[in-house]
Formats: sequence, structure tokens, C-alpha cells
Amino acid sequence: MLRLDGVVKKFGDKRAVDGISLVVPKGQMVGVIGQSGSGKSTLLRMINRLNDPSEGRIFFEGADVTRLTGRELRQWRARCAMIFQQFNLAGRLDVLTNVMMGRAFHAPLWRALLKLWTHDEKAMGLSALEGLDMARLSGQRADTLSGGQQQRVAIARALIQEPEIILADEPIASLDPRNTQVVMDALQHINRHFGITVMCNLHSLDLARKYCDRLVGLAAGRLVFDDVPAALTDSVARDLYGLESGEVLGPESRPDLVPAPGLAIAN
Amino acid sequence: MASPVVHLPEAQLRPLLASYDAAVRSRRFHSLLVMACIVAAIGLSSVSAEVDLAKFFGNLGNFTSYIWRLFHLDNGAWVWADPVEWYWGAARWLRLLGETLLMAYVGTALGAIGAFFLAFLAAANVAPRPWLRLLVRRFCELCRTVPQLVFALMFVIAFGLGPLAGVLAMAIHTLGALGKLFAEVVENIDMKPVEGVSATGAHWTAAMRYGALPQTLSNFVSYSLLRFEINVREAAVMGFVGAGGIGMDLIEAIRKFYYSDVSAILLMIVVTVAVIDTLTSMARHRLIGMEERH
Repeated sequence: MLRLDGVVKKFGDKRAVDGISLVVPKGQMVGVIGQSGSGKSTLLRMINRLNDPSEGRIFFEGADVTRLTGRELRQWRARCAMIFQQFNLAGRLDVLTNVMMGRAFHAPLWRALLKLWTHDEKAMGLSALEGLDMARLSGQRADTLSGGQQQRVAIARALIQEPEIILADEPIASLDPRNTQVVMDALQHINRHFGITVMCNLHSLDLARKYCDRLVGLAAGRLVFDDVPAALTDSVARDLYGLESGEVLGPESRPDLVPAPGLAIAN
Repeated sequence: MASPVVHLPEAQLRPLLASYDAAVRSRRFHSLLVMACIVAAIGLSSVSAEVDLAKFFGNLGNFTSYIWRLFHLDNGAWVWADPVEWYWGAARWLRLLGETLLMAYVGTALGAIGAFFLAFLAAANVAPRPWLRLLVRRFCELCRTVPQLVFALMFVIAFGLGPLAGVLAMAIHTLGALGKLFAEVVENIDMKPVEGVSATGAHWTAAMRYGALPQTLSNFVSYSLLRFEINVREAAVMGFVGAGGIGMDLIEAIRKFYYSDVSAILLMIVVTVAVIDTLTSMARHRLIGMEERH
């Protein structure tokens, strides 16, 4: 169980995340929704401790993860895998080496630095890739792959961490519709079959409704919605997204607005 | 909890492992080859450079006695017993030191400005003409392979004694060194913004100005400051060949065995270089820090 207790993140005077308390039971698939700049990314990054909270605490299975340092911090990061919007792969390294980073915490440092992965570790990496239909590309440089392929590499990297939580920060925001489905299906599969908690920042409400058990809505860093997807009516969504609501709800659910051509490139 | 990775059976795994190994084998062989060459080169060069430890320790005494003499005045007292006598030429030396700093500054500035323009012509990813790129590269090589002191000597013969020869020599060497470094900075940029600007029909110079330059500017400044540090040291020895700066008095003191003058001038140079190093590295770190915050 993951518990956030009054978590605040300040960047200068700005409060990007402003006092969020939240309990996520094991095995849930949680969609975090809200406008750009509402604090979704910062929230996920704080759980992995890529950003440190200014105030408040984060607990996992009763242990405070906000105070961890050194090896314990790295162990916590190994347990909560992160997936990024821009994939965050090392483009000049081959696919399997990128995936093997998921074992970088578990393997002894000297072996990890010399790329001396054991047969079992490589088998694990290749199996994870094969599960995402990517094993045949294992020797290619990561930056030669398409966005959807790169995100699958990033998911394989997360999987071989054997994590307890997966934090996905807008994992499909840079992908086309087909890859969006591949990636979201993969996350759902991981959640349903292995009971791994998934927290996923999403911009599209359709996807959030389709894939998640529970939606958490942020606005200006505060928690303004926390319920099952069915409870998220269009009027609530419009409050949540304000000016961006047209783009996340789709044209059929916004009869009050005529799509303006200029808005299409605003994001 | 069950692992989320479903392990493939060995039979299915083997061809996958084999194809990965085949893909990385040639790369691995290359890196091993490069490493072997580096180790061999270190071994060979230490043999041919005649690193003779016996000679080193045998003559160490001469060196220490020279150092000891450096720190004594003509009357045999330690130099710090009479600082006024030690620094009898302070006014002249400070003026020469100022001249040295100015030489380094002007030389660096001129060289950096030239390198700035050449870099875009020499960078493989943006160069407008391949032949021009080769020409610029060779030119930069020529500028930085001839030692600064050799250039300085040539300019002293051409333009006479004085700082002008030193400044020119430094500007040329800086142009060659920074031209190469700047071009490499340009080669490492992300080409997407350049394509974005070019696709609008903008001229090559506009594509460089708006697509490439914003990505390179901070590195240009950082390398120029580093070069300035180096040039302050270099400017201090320009005087050895009569090309201006404090080196003229230093070489005279060394040749005529004015021991305390040598130590006085050297100490001034060391302190100045340390101050410049500290200031420029502070400036560079500031710059890098600012980059990271964005």
C-alpha cells in the first residue's frame, strides 16, 4: 500500500503540488488526470524521489520513503519503476543494454559497469522484450527505433526491475493511436496478471476511463477528484480541465464549443 | 509476488541470444582493439622518452639548491626578511603583468570571434560545402599545430619586439584550438530545431542563428573562458622571445642569475594565474548551473 501524507512541492514561490494526501491499495490501476501544469508529473516523480517533497511524507508498506538515502533509496527506486513520456533511453546504446539497466540495482556494481550480465539476466531481458514483441531488435541502437518501439523498450526495462509499483508519466503522450493501445494494453496486462500497482498520468480522459480502476484529478497542485471513472461526468471534467476540456473530451461532448483551427496546435 | 517477466523456454531463447551476440560482437571487438592499441602506445612511448629514474634522482640536488638560492637575496638573507628589497621592481612588474593579461584577453577574444564563424563552416552536420569544410579544418589544424612561441618568434621578426607579436601568435593558436572545439560543439547539437527553421525557407545563416546557435552558445562561452585561463599562462612566456609581457623580465632574470627577481616574478605570475583560474571556473560553473536549471 502506498500512502501520501500532505505532500507539497515548491519550486521557488510556486507550489507545484500543494498538500496531496492519497492512499493507493496494492494492485490498483490509478489514472492521474488534470491539465498540463497541474502537478501530475511532479507527483509521480516525488514518489520515485526524482524530486524530493518540500513538505509531507510518502509511505510504502508502512515505511517512510521520503527519508531514504544511499542504497536504501536506490532499492526503493528499483521497487517503483518509472516510465517516461520521452522514454528516457540512452539512444546510443543497444536495446538490450538499455533493458538491462533494470537489473543495474540488483547486479553487483562491477558487473553492471562492465556489461557482464549473466545468462539468466540476459534471458530475463530478452524474455521481457519478446513479451512486447521486441526481442528481434535487441542488438539495434535505441535511437534508431520509432517512438512506440522505444516506449516498449522502456517498459521492458521497468519489468525486469520486478517492481511492486509502476509509475508511468504520460507514457503515451508522444505516441500514435496504435502504439498508444499497445502501451496501455501492456500496462493493463502487467496490472491485471501480476497485481503490480500502476499509477499512470494521462491527458486523455477516454483512455483514463477505459483502462483505470480509479481516477485522481489534480488542479493547481491540489486533489480535486478521487473516485471510480464512472463518477467523472462531463461537467466535472470541464471543471477539471477548464480551457483544455475540448481537447480531452472530444468534439461530441462539447456542443457549446465549435472547434477552432488555431486551438489544435496550442498543445 | 510472481515476476512480471515470463521466462522463455531455453530453445526459444537460444536464437535470440545468438542474434544479439552477433549484433554486438563487431562493436565489442573494436573497443577491445582500441584499448589494446592505447596500452601498447603507453608502453612504447615510455621506452622511447628515456624515462631515466637514476638520472632524475642523481641531479635532484642541483634542482633543490637552485630553489634554495631563488629564495635568498644577494646579501644572503631570506627574501621575506626584506620584502621591499625583494619586490624592488614591483611597479614595473605590475605594469608588465597587466600587459600580459591584456595580451591574453585580446588574443583570446580575437581567436574566439574567428573560431565562432569558422565553427559552422567546419561542422560536418551543418557545413554548407564539403570542400570548404575540409579547407577550414586544415586551416584550423595549421593554426594550432604550430607552437605559439614559434608564431611569436616569426611575428617578432616581422613586426619587431613588443606585445603585438604575442597577441597575434595567441590569436592564431586560439583560433585553431577553439575552431576545432566549437565545430565539435556544433556537431553535437540536436538537428531538429535546425530542420524546423530550414523548412520555413530560411537562409542557411538564419538556420544557424536560430536553430543551432542557441544550443551552442553556453558551450562556446565555457570553452572560451577555459582558453583564456590557458592563454594567461601562455602570455607569461611570450616575453621569452621578445613578444611582450612579463616574460621578458623573467627570462632576463633567469639568464643573469638575479635569483630573488626570478622568485618575485614567478610568485606574481602564480598568484595571478590562480586568481584568474578561480574567477573563470566560477563563471563557467555558474553558466553550467544555469543551463541545468532550465
